[in-house]
Amino acid sequence: MAVVSMIAQRIGYAVALLIAVLILNFVMINLAPGDVVDTIAADSGGADAELMAEIRAEYGLDQPVIVQLGRYIAKVAQFDLGYSYFYNRPVVDLILERLPATLLLVFSAQFFALIVGVLLGVFAAKRPNGLVSHVVTLFALFGYAAPVFWTGILLLIAFSLKIPLFPVAGMRDVTVEGGFLPQALSVLHHLVLPMFTLGTIFIALYSRLCRASMLEVLGSDYVRTARAKGLSPREVTMKHALKNALPPVITLAGLQFSAVISGAVLVETVFSWPGLGQLALTSILARDAPTILGILFFSALVVIVGNLLTDLALRFIDPRVKAGG
Amino acid sequence: MKVQCKALALAAMAVALLATGVEAQEPVRGGTLITTLPQTPRHLNPAVQSGIVTGAPGAQLFAAPLRYDEDWTPQPYLAKSWEWSDDGLTMTLKLVEDATFHDGTPITSEDVAFSVDTIKENHPFKTMFGVVETVETPDPHTAILKLSQPHPALLLAMSSQLMPIIPKHIYGDGQDPKSHPRNSDDVVGSGPFKFVEFTPDQQVILERNDDFFIEGRPYLDRIVYRIIKDAPARAIGMENGELHLTTFENTVRNIKRMGENENLTATSDGYAAIGPIDWLAFNVGKDGPLADKRVRQAIAYALDKDFILNALMLGLAEDAKTGIHPGSPLHFDGVNGYDLDLDKANALLDEAGYPPNADGVRFSLTIDHGNPTTKPQAEFTKASLAKVGIDVTVNSFVDFPTWAQKISNHNFDMTWDTVFNWGDPVIGVHRTYDSRNIKDGVIWSNTQQYANERIDELMDQAGQEIDPAKRAALYKEFQEILADELPVYWSNTLPYHTVYSDKVGNPPLGIWASSSPYDLVYLKEE
Repeated sequence: MAVVSMIAQRIGYAVALLIAVLILNFVMINLAPGDVVDTIAADSGGADAELMAEIRAEYGLDQPVIVQLGRYIAKVAQFDLGYSYFYNRPVVDLILERLPATLLLVFSAQFFALIVGVLLGVFAAKRPNGLVSHVVTLFALFGYAAPVFWTGILLLIAFSLKIPLFPVAGMRDVTVEGGFLPQALSVLHHLVLPMFTLGTIFIALYSRLCRASMLEVLGSDYVRTARAKGLSPREVTMKHALKNALPPVITLAGLQFSAVISGAVLVETVFSWPGLGQLALTSILARDAPTILGILFFSALVVIVGNLLTDLALRFIDPRVKAGG
Repeated sequence: MKVQCKALALAAMAVALLATGVEAQEPVRGGTLITTLPQTPRHLNPAVQSGIVTGAPGAQLFAAPLRYDEDWTPQPYLAKSWEWSDDGLTMTLKLVEDATFHDGTPITSEDVAFSVDTIKENHPFKTMFGVVETVETPDPHTAILKLSQPHPALLLAMSSQLMPIIPKHIYGDGQDPKSHPRNSDDVVGSGPFKFVEFTPDQQVILERNDDFFIEGRPYLDRIVYRIIKDAPARAIGMENGELHLTTFENTVRNIKRMGENENLTATSDGYAAIGPIDWLAFNVGKDGPLADKRVRQAIAYALDKDFILNALMLGLAEDAKTGIHPGSPLHFDGVNGYDLDLDKANALLDEAGYPPNADGVRFSLTIDHGNPTTKPQAEFTKASLAKVGIDVTVNSFVDFPTWAQKISNHNFDMTWDTVFNWGDPVIGVHRTYDSRNIKDGVIWSNTQQYANERIDELMDQAGQEIDPAKRAALYKEFQEILADELPVYWSNTLPYHTVYSDKVGNPPLGIWASSSPYDLVYLKEE
């Protein structure tokens, strides 16, 4: 019951947030100099004044901003995200086409970073001043500090050029014939490097946090009790300590969802991963307002859902959260 | 005479080959060519969308009346003959008789007339077909273009990049051709390759047109254009063999890297018609020092062209010298090249009435650079001009629309920019200097606000001069006047390169680079 009311409350917040996101972004896009007609001219290598005026009139860009905003909100209220000026296609189609690629990348990178980060954190916490701990810290900080596009290109040079294990770009090999399985394997093959690249930033965060959290828990009374009971060190760490050390890590992971999406923009560009990030970048540079707004709308949605899932996961791991609501 | 020399040379080469027993490899059928596009095209119909990323697949999907190889002589393609009337007001095209669109419908003069109308109506380059009054179609294989004035630029405009022949029975259904759904889906073309798939941000896939009107061609079974925006990623893909061919590469470090690979060849051949030039443009219409031509000349003398060409461009770009690309037969090389001369620069600035103040500064200017790749030139300009007492602030590039708004509304002092010739000077050169083309809000119009009656007159005459020698003479004077008045400092050709692996036979090295038909391209047998 408590869960249901929590979800209802969250949906209420979400709607208000989404409307705010739309209005704010609409205004921001209109404050930026230039419009999509300029970029259409740029892509054409030149333009003609009459043609530009004609396109502006066709898209309603010659109207005052407030009129454009009103029209847009009215459309979104009818669940219509509009039509992309630049791609000449409905925005919803564009987004739904790209969403799976981004979700695959973001979720796999998050999952990968969580598993690796937590494991490294646990290892490091067992001997806080040992060699392993220092190596983990070093690796983690390096991953966090290095810009993702740089990490990405280095990985490409290493594992695509010097040791050609992985393809350099794209999401699937168009020359692969056959049904679902070979296609899926091709996608996984293409996923490895971008997933790893995007994951490196978060491994650092999770391993550091997990290490700190574990150290705290390992020093607590109940762990000493567990040890006194004669449980093996492995059981103490994995069953007793880890479970209580995890909530901060999971909270952080949830909060990082928006960061994962923004990180995906760079990773997608380096690896030509055909996701929302690339679409966002192209649309912003092209001033394709309906597409940008649509993407931000969806990203907001993903972050909201991500946070909701985080809360639910916390309830699952830590029953005390329920009481606090 | 030149043609004869060439024939002799070819004969000599043939004899030499026979004598040594080396056989030139015959093109072979089959294979999938994997190549690249640096951006996602908006769609695949070059009739209503200019630009190189639409032009490349567009040239495979759609045939044009004429084609060009590495010299500038037109060759038959969809038109087996083309003829000017004596007064230069009529162009008669005779079409190949058995050509069909990909859906089997015959290609007729009606389609040519429809294509010309569509392009004239919707293409941003109004100067291409603006003077075409009507297209007469006396029979299915004859199209007669009636012009209001002689228009030699028509010949280059009739190539694949600019004049694709599109099917009237598809695009003539009353929908706006600019946003027609068949521009990006289920495209029915007239060219050597048929549409298979277009997935934005991923790839364009084309397959062999078995009914292509040139017997035995094309050689390739498929072409896959992978859309890879990241230049280092494209370079790595070429080096590890995932890609066969990449065009329009312009980052010099990546070109150098690829060129050093023993399986790859990097060449700047093939970009003469597109004709990209990096230049420093001056806002001559704004009150201030830049309105004085001596100041502009001083700036030119203060810039070390050798440094730009060899240190910034790593020797991969050519000296542009004028606004007409050095690869064009109309380029005139004999103009003042403004070799580095700081004394002269200082003298000119003194003469113009801008003595240095106590800090050695004469005046201040800003530079906006219009393309991230021209940033090194912008920084170099700042450093160079400091030596002659001009204080320069470089405004960083944010993104294209931001820059374009500023420049096209004349709110700038100087800008580094890259501008394309697009074949004939009438299409891509005149727009920069024509005083009647100073238009607010239109990028790549005469944003310099340069006005010279003699230049306008020369362009009008050259634009209508059918005789090539007389035309070249008019453009010679045009280039000489401009090189003296210097509304623009033409620095270097953009270092566009085509890189291909040794598996690729007949790479596209004609004047239109990847915007030419790939019917001759083949993959060598292993």
